[in-house]
Amino acid sequence: MKFKYEVVKLASISKISGPVVVAKNIRGAKMYDVVRVGKEKLIGEVIQLKGDKATIQVYEDTTGLRPGEPVYPTGKPLSIQLGPGLLNNMFDGIARPLEYIANESGDFIRRGIEVPTLDMKKKWDFKPTVKKGEKVKAGQIVGKVKETGVIEHKILAPYGVEGKVAEVNDGKMKVGDTAIILESNKRKIGIKLYQEWPVRSARPYLEKMFPNIPLITGQRILDTFFPVAKGGTAAIPGPFGSGKTITQHQLAKWSDADIIVYIGCGERGNEMTEVLEEFPRLKDPKTGKPLMERTSLIANTSNMPVAAREASVYTGITIAEYYRDQGYDVALMADSTSRWAEAMREISSRLEEMPGEEGYPAYLASKLAAFYERAGRVKALSEKEGSVSVIGAVSPPGGDFSEPVTQNTLRITKVFWALDSSLAYRRHFPAINWLTSYSLYETYLIDYFKKVASEFPELKRRAMEILQKEAELREIVQLVGPDALPEDEKLILETAKAIREDYLQQNAFHDVDSYCGLDKQYQMLKTILHFHEEAGKALKRGIKVNKIARMPVMERIARMKYDANLVKNAENIRKEIDKQLSKLSEVV
Amino acid sequence: MITEFKSIREVAGPLMVVEGVERAAYGELVNVIISSGEERMGQVLETGEGYAVVQVFEGTQGIDTKSTSVRFTGETVRIGVSSDMLGRVLNGRGTPIDSGPEIIPDEKLDINGEAINPSRRDMPLDFIQTGISTIDLMNTLVRGQKLPIFSGSGLPHNAMAAQVARQAKVRKTEESFAVVFAAMGITHEEAMFFKKEFERTGAIDNVVMLLNLANDPAIERIITPRMALTTAEYLAYEHDMHVLVMLTDMTNYCEALREIAAAREEVPGRRGYPGYMYTDLATLYERAGRIKGRKGSVTQMPILTMPDDDITHPIADLTGYITEGQLVLSRDLHRKGIYPPMNPLPSLSRLMKNGIGKGKTREDHSDVSNQMYAAYAQGVEIRELVAVIGEESLGETDKLYLKFADEFEKKFINQGYEEERSLEQTLDLAWNLLSMLPETEMKRIRKEYLDKYHPKNMVRGKKKLAVEERFAGEDLDVLGADLVDLGGVLKKKKKPKV
Repeated sequence: MKFKYEVVKLASISKISGPVVVAKNIRGAKMYDVVRVGKEKLIGEVIQLKGDKATIQVYEDTTGLRPGEPVYPTGKPLSIQLGPGLLNNMFDGIARPLEYIANESGDFIRRGIEVPTLDMKKKWDFKPTVKKGEKVKAGQIVGKVKETGVIEHKILAPYGVEGKVAEVNDGKMKVGDTAIILESNKRKIGIKLYQEWPVRSARPYLEKMFPNIPLITGQRILDTFFPVAKGGTAAIPGPFGSGKTITQHQLAKWSDADIIVYIGCGERGNEMTEVLEEFPRLKDPKTGKPLMERTSLIANTSNMPVAAREASVYTGITIAEYYRDQGYDVALMADSTSRWAEAMREISSRLEEMPGEEGYPAYLASKLAAFYERAGRVKALSEKEGSVSVIGAVSPPGGDFSEPVTQNTLRITKVFWALDSSLAYRRHFPAINWLTSYSLYETYLIDYFKKVASEFPELKRRAMEILQKEAELREIVQLVGPDALPEDEKLILETAKAIREDYLQQNAFHDVDSYCGLDKQYQMLKTILHFHEEAGKALKRGIKVNKIARMPVMERIARMKYDANLVKNAENIRKEIDKQLSKLSEVV
Repeated sequence: MITEFKSIREVAGPLMVVEGVERAAYGELVNVIISSGEERMGQVLETGEGYAVVQVFEGTQGIDTKSTSVRFTGETVRIGVSSDMLGRVLNGRGTPIDSGPEIIPDEKLDINGEAINPSRRDMPLDFIQTGISTIDLMNTLVRGQKLPIFSGSGLPHNAMAAQVARQAKVRKTEESFAVVFAAMGITHEEAMFFKKEFERTGAIDNVVMLLNLANDPAIERIITPRMALTTAEYLAYEHDMHVLVMLTDMTNYCEALREIAAAREEVPGRRGYPGYMYTDLATLYERAGRIKGRKGSVTQMPILTMPDDDITHPIADLTGYITEGQLVLSRDLHRKGIYPPMNPLPSLSRLMKNGIGKGKTREDHSDVSNQMYAAYAQGVEIRELVAVIGEESLGETDKLYLKFADEFEKKFINQGYEEERSLEQTLDLAWNLLSMLPETEMKRIRKEYLDKYHPKNMVRGKKKLAVEERFAGEDLDVLGADLVDLGGVLKKKKKPKV
């Protein structure tokens, strides 16, 4: 990112308070323009204007800055470079590659480092897809580059650029080289392998489409009971230790999106390291290639500057939209949006704005809404279909879902995965509460699930009914003890236990169980409900539930999740259930 | 560039506003010289043209607006570090308060440190054996982790922390180990307890103690942990040491933070704590870790007392969101006379999975831990049920779970202050307890491990373990069905010999 400094006379710092700096003599600077602050040229953004003064949030540590130091406006909003090299890479909140910063400044992050997002020296093999004389519209695909082993990066004509192709280059070139030259009204416009985009503006598309394809995550409770659609939005609120991050990691690993953008927003450094270590080793179940080849990481750990945390979610979603425009299904994980909201709160309080609920700024709700609204399945300007699904973790203080960030998020997102600390304490993972969670996409997705198996939606409904019934029965048990229940209700408790422990619980660290395909999910659920039905018939023949619960086949049901060939073996297990139940009948 | 001013306009709480300062740097170190000649340390919190807001670490008592002079040093707050600091006791500002000589620093380092570049971090992987069963098996600590103790007033967190500091070791290695101990607002008695413990065990030569006691200035608590962490980073990354940093009590640190925020008339967040407390705490806790290519590591064990044992209190809450897990002490267990009264259910170690398993601890570690969790949680749940409906109406299995929960607390959580259990001892103990339950309940343990490690199978198998010895003194009836079964196996085996 080369900035042209347009030196305004005497623009200088007049006040410093944490990440907020006030500059004077800066008339002419626009809202959200990037400015460089101080002798070290720290990166900042104008967030308030008053007369000839501008309030600036600085994306780097301000210690040591003094009043009177110069301020340089750049006249441009905060923009990032979009082009090949975004994948298989990790950036800070304002899209500077962290590996590059490490080369420049060592193991600790120094400030004032000016680095382009993309590697400007690396050469890519560009293959044009347009011919001389062809008409090119804005957003159209003009060529491609093999970015990683799995992703073919489509080069798009930047927004606002169109014309007739006058010159086509191909072969090895750097991202800054001109690939295609267009001619429009006798004016020549070069298209490079990268384009710039201001992160706070959503990228345009032709039309939004209906979200009727599920994002398959391989997580049983999510896919079966609370599915999210491609292009949909989901919120995972939960107290600390309830497994937000692990759920996000699981989604990043196994969901069937083409591209993953993972934003570590104000979270732990060691967790980002884990992703960095693990993803290159893990294989994508679809392509067999390392997961890292489809992943772009944004890391603003909790001890990195707070203003850059505010920008990191916009950086992430801009990258996501860019790949969407190339026709890919992108899943974006933001962990955690509460830290983003807190960053807004911190900046807002330094500006001495009138606080809203719990000290959060009054515009919290509209900012959250605008962010989630950038998700969606669209027909892009390139006429390709692509989607951005947004999954936001929320960290409510004290696990109290009534706080403003959770509430405002729930008003926008269509899926709610409620993490529950009491489940986590019991090591029931994923600790998603099946009674309070919901998905509003279920009705749109029902046709898709019917394609997996026509009875799948019905099985889901029945399983949920059993779980609901169990919750009621448990209240009775609390008062009178389990022995007082009639046999058929005892069976419901037994089946519900099987659904909870053998179906809903999923071990993220088990080689086989970590990912569970839809067909396996169907077979597992079918087997458990088959047991319920057959056991119900056995009850009528006078067999007691505690006998049924002790059948050896129960262990096979419990170990279904660890069976890599379950789809083949499930029928056997069901036969075994029938056999053992009929044996019980003979004894009677 | 040192400039001196005598133009204090305003003093309020720990803050003062100095006028006429044109170019004070944000975060600059300030020396305040009061009329008695005493020199104090301060830091610029806000700076503008013609003024600077300064927080005074040693408090503002004795400062006047007439003769007190303020010297701007042009530097940020630094600490002189040296390996000679090991074995020394310093005050909260890093000045020696033992009778030893002055420390000649090798380097003077900015106490705020810099953020570790996430791409340069190395995964914490090395299992630290603390010798405490509940930590080692169920909430494993690894090198480079930050794992706080959530305690309450009157609970034995100090004893537990001292025990961890004494027993912590990485297996099969002989690497240099150091402890940096930072006290923030704890009593003299508590500080002396730690000092005596370090002396008694001979560890004191590898310990740096920074003490800000209860009667020391509250604002000084803002810099004490930063001094400690800077020292720890220096020892870890320059001298290749594995440093355990103990910060106690973080609650007092947060109180100091709130005091400053209130004095600045900032918009308060929850319970009056400043909205940036998360970020502020993160700048401390995130300084734990390992760095690629460097041998040393910084492991943190902060201690905090939860006001009214409330885990949702902002201090505990924000800490839990930053640290990699938490060890929660329980008053109920303490009342039952169990030491350490650590309740495994709300406790967690996020980095545990990286430090355990085949080649690191033992292959069955993770499964056994999960099973113990599930079984204890079930037992506790049934215990609550029994309170309402009585034990008689419980099913067979439920009764076993109830028994399990009691035995688990008495035999597994409970251990002596001087008792150090190796991981093998802990795992054996866990298997013995689990064997109280029917095998069909062992859903979390892989079949192959059940076959290999279940005490029952150990007897049948060729591995001739002295099972009788393991159960010596145990009341077999108490241990439940499977063990009785086991007794049968033993007898059957003996019979043919006769």
